[in-house]
Amino acid sequence: MNTKTVQTSDALDGGSLAIQSKNVRFCWPGQASELTFPDIHLPRAQHLFLHGPSGTGKSTLLGLLAGLQAPASGRIDLLGRNLGDMRAGQRDRFRADHIGVIFQQFNLVPYLSALDNAILPCRLSPLRQTRAGQAPENTARELLKQLAVPEEHWHRNVTKLSIGQQQRVAAARALMGNPEIILADEPTSALDANNRDRFLDLLLTLAARHNSSVVFVSHDQALAGHFHNQMTLEADS
Amino acid sequence: MNKARLILSLATASLWYRRRVLTLVCLTLTLSVTLLLGIQYLRTEIRQSFTSTISGTDLIVGARSGQLNLLLYTLFHIGDATNNIRWSTYQSMAEDSRIDWLIPISLGDSYRGYRVVSTNDQFLAHFQYGSGKPLTLTNGHWFQDLFDVVIGAGVARDLGHTLYDPLVLSHGGGRTSFSKHGDLPFRVSGILAPTGTPVDRAVYISLEAMEAMHVGWESGVAIPGRTLSADKARERNFTPEAITAVFIGLDRPILTFQLQRELNQHSTEPLSAILPGVALSELWRMMGQFENALLGISGFVVLTSLVGLIAVLLTLQAQRRREVAVLRATGASPGLIAALYTIECVGLAVASCGLALILGAGAVSGFGPWLLEHYGLQVQLRPLREEEWLLLGAVPLASLAVSAIPALNTWRASRRQGFGSPEPD
Repeated sequence: MNTKTVQTSDALDGGSLAIQSKNVRFCWPGQASELTFPDIHLPRAQHLFLHGPSGTGKSTLLGLLAGLQAPASGRIDLLGRNLGDMRAGQRDRFRADHIGVIFQQFNLVPYLSALDNAILPCRLSPLRQTRAGQAPENTARELLKQLAVPEEHWHRNVTKLSIGQQQRVAAARALMGNPEIILADEPTSALDANNRDRFLDLLLTLAARHNSSVVFVSHDQALAGHFHNQMTLEADS
Repeated sequence: MNKARLILSLATASLWYRRRVLTLVCLTLTLSVTLLLGIQYLRTEIRQSFTSTISGTDLIVGARSGQLNLLLYTLFHIGDATNNIRWSTYQSMAEDSRIDWLIPISLGDSYRGYRVVSTNDQFLAHFQYGSGKPLTLTNGHWFQDLFDVVIGAGVARDLGHTLYDPLVLSHGGGRTSFSKHGDLPFRVSGILAPTGTPVDRAVYISLEAMEAMHVGWESGVAIPGRTLSADKARERNFTPEAITAVFIGLDRPILTFQLQRELNQHSTEPLSAILPGVALSELWRMMGQFENALLGISGFVVLTSLVGLIAVLLTLQAQRRREVAVLRATGASPGLIAALYTIECVGLAVASCGLALILGAGAVSGFGPWLLEHYGLQVQLRPLREEEWLLLGAVPLASLAVSAIPALNTWRASRRQGFGSPEPD
């Protein structure tokens, strides 16, 4: 399945595409079946909804896009740079600089406060620190406020927060320092419908404000309406 | 630089977050490091106090025997003399121009388990211990009357004796003796200041008193009618026929070996002359094997607690997979995560060493006076010596080495880290 592509007029340096992938295949060690992924073509500042039932390798694809794993074959270009040309350390640095992530759950470092969790990307990447402005802490406060995380929780142990609040702190962390790409792996699956829509709205609005592309993975087709670009993964037979 | 600060702050926060579990391991490590350091510290102190049992004395001369035997019975009051020295031999030594001073001592009797040393005023004048410290009396004076006795600080403390207490000496050694010199009671005329040496655990009388006591005891038991009364004894003049040993101080210590050789080859009587310092260090070498074993054992105790620490860190590793997933996805390299583990492990070891120092200093300053009072052991708070610092420094280094296990483990695992939280298992 291919994505519908919408060409954006203002091509940023390093290519106008956030993500481009071709013929990507992956095989987990010790498993016989090979996963084949459809090609992705996502312009910058646009969002992509990635739908697929479980077992179709949604998380695996995100791992490949994040540069945590290398594909068995095929090519992935992020912001015009080929991930295959980078060594593992370079991919780690690239991820720190340009990618924000949100997991399904257990998104936070348990021994850091909400505020410290949100600032974490700035401490791992000088680039994101620069982009977050003079005082990253103020930027983090601003983001947490916009994401409606109550101020009294900012300095508290994050394990005391509700799931919804934890996911919003994770969103703040992903948005921190304006990364070009945000990878979200079913971040709403543990939320009720009300919270889910609010979370998605906030994430997409803020991402648009920061010119970030969100790749949103979910098995919940109902969310597809929020996205311009959609793609479905199918189980290989 | 930024990375280092990040790792340090993450490690600190992580250790604090897991403080409940880690406090226990840290405590175990602290106790074992305290043990290790304490043994090293104490053995230095004890060796110090042991080798300073006697000082200033150039030679100890007794009847022919081994040097350890001679040292043990003259200085430590352990075991018995093999034979005596004739008084004439002592007198010929006293005339030797090379000899500055002599302390004659005669052993054989005891007082409630403490050795009776009969000597003269030269003992107080010339016997030295530690780094040339002379003996002093805390109370009273050195014996003047024939039946005066001076007691060591340990004897006074253990038996609760004070000045002018009467005491009855026993014939022969041992705690319980059936033949006592009951007809000639002594009187405490002075009490020596504590020295932390065997001097504290002896009773001192004059050579004459020793002779007077034994008039009528030639067969080994008192023969009624032949012993003296105190007043009769005071009228008589006693010259000993024999003594047990002589402590010798020379004018010029360079002549020590020459005199030692002459005395060992003495023609009229078989003698042994020993250098107390040499004999003491030989004795210490024998006991040194034991303290080395003790140090080795405590080293293993530290190693065991380090292994315990690693076991706990490896157990925690399973709980930390989610956190590692978050850090990896945010851009942390496997190296950073391995470094986090290493820093945490070394941090715990350093904290344990710090705590052990505080604990050890507290114990030494707290128990020091008690040890001196009850065991005559002089243990004082002092700055650590180089080998003690090395021993202490070896603990974080060892923890650095063993932390390689969880660090490598997590490094390997995080290289294979996929996207998202691993399933809890």
